[in-house]
Amino acid sequence: MKENEVPQDQAPGLGGERKALYARDASGRYTTVASSGWDAEEIVLQQALDEYSRACAAARARVERGESAALEYHMYSRRMDVTLLAQSTGFFKWQVRRHLRPQVFSKLSVRKLQRYEQALQLSATELASLPPPPTPDLPQS
Amino acid sequence: MTSFEHRQTAHCESGAVSSLLRHHGLPLSEPMVFGLSAALTYAYIPLLKIGGMPMLAYRMPPGMIIRGLSKRVGINFRFQRFRRPEQGMAVLDQHLAQARPVGLQTSVYWLPYFPENMRFHFNAHNLVAYGRDGEDYLISDPTFEHPVRADGPSLQRARFVKGMLAPKGLIYYPEKMPAAVDYPRVIPAAIGRTSKLMLETPLPFIGVRGINYVARKLEGFDPAGDHQQQLILGHMVRMQEEIGTGGAGFRFLFASFLQESAELLQNERLQVAADLFTDAGDEWRRFALYAAKMLKGRMELDYHKLAEQLRQVAAMEERGYRDLRKAIG
Repeated sequence: MKENEVPQDQAPGLGGERKALYARDASGRYTTVASSGWDAEEIVLQQALDEYSRACAAARARVERGESAALEYHMYSRRMDVTLLAQSTGFFKWQVRRHLRPQVFSKLSVRKLQRYEQALQLSATELASLPPPPTPDLPQS
Repeated sequence: MTSFEHRQTAHCESGAVSSLLRHHGLPLSEPMVFGLSAALTYAYIPLLKIGGMPMLAYRMPPGMIIRGLSKRVGINFRFQRFRRPEQGMAVLDQHLAQARPVGLQTSVYWLPYFPENMRFHFNAHNLVAYGRDGEDYLISDPTFEHPVRADGPSLQRARFVKGMLAPKGLIYYPEKMPAAVDYPRVIPAAIGRTSKLMLETPLPFIGVRGINYVARKLEGFDPAGDHQQQLILGHMVRMQEEIGTGGAGFRFLFASFLQESAELLQNERLQVAADLFTDAGDEWRRFALYAAKMLKGRMELDYHKLAEQLRQVAAMEERGYRDLRKAIG
């Protein structure tokens, strides 16, 4: 890649930051060039983010139907899954899955609840309820 | 307060190590740190799932850059890990009070200065803390253009997350360094190791064989479009290009290392290899571009075309490592 081929696509994913890429200058020497992003990367980043949004929305619907505790929504909103949440809290995966059931969650001891508060950085009150629904995103490209 | 020269680099670990060494009087560029630690690789491990996605790596596992470089060049790094977060913060404060910048391992997700869309649960990020200003820690994060800041509670949170690759508050800094690097010895040793790893690892999903393995796997994907398979394809592109590879899954960084080595050793064949890896890097980028366009529907989803592109990359890299062996032989 040559210096003048480094993409400068103003990718929203970088939030205004620029990242360093290695490219060759006119004389063929390698140098770092700050890039404002690449469309190709933005597409796959957006794909990954959409997947989290989908999981959040599905969890929200389950919580509203009383099938899941709000914990499930918060897990996804923190970009985690059962494996990650189990690792972050020190619970086994089967325990986390159990805790996602509303009737189990409502009876969790204070100590267990604290492990979720710590891992997700949310208060017990926040963990027990859903935040207001998100305002619809502005259409992405 | 410590004065610390911030420089943006492509990759966090090689960048943090490079800037710590420079601060302590051993100027090694990021490509040199990356190359000498023999960090380049290719590994696709379907059994190891992270966030539901198969493990895919273009460089050696976290920590290998520091360890590989230390061993080869003869640097002693001091490593400190902590059981209690309060203790980890107190020791950090002591280092900073003594005007000693230190490397830290952290999670990306809990660092307050990361843009929202870049916050993922990756626990082996590296940065340099070089001072305090009131409640804020002054940070030289190698992947950012300018120095940044983090408040104490957030930094503590980021240093003490639990789970895979848990940092346990890791602090590191060089204690003993050689006066000079013996380039004629260490460059061939590092290149030899990378070539061996890429050509001869006896596992079908590592090295050049790994790239061909993934090409075969792509050919088996459903051309009509399967959600999970498309996620895997997107994941491949992200791992290759996202923050911290310098482009083309570290291949440009590696080519830059070869170019620098060619000059240090006055070795024309290393320069030729640098050109070849630059070309291979360009083909990796083309693969990423095709994949992204296909995922977005701007190009017909054609897994055979993608597989063919990967095979081309694999062939170029294979020739590259063989040439490298001759160049140092």
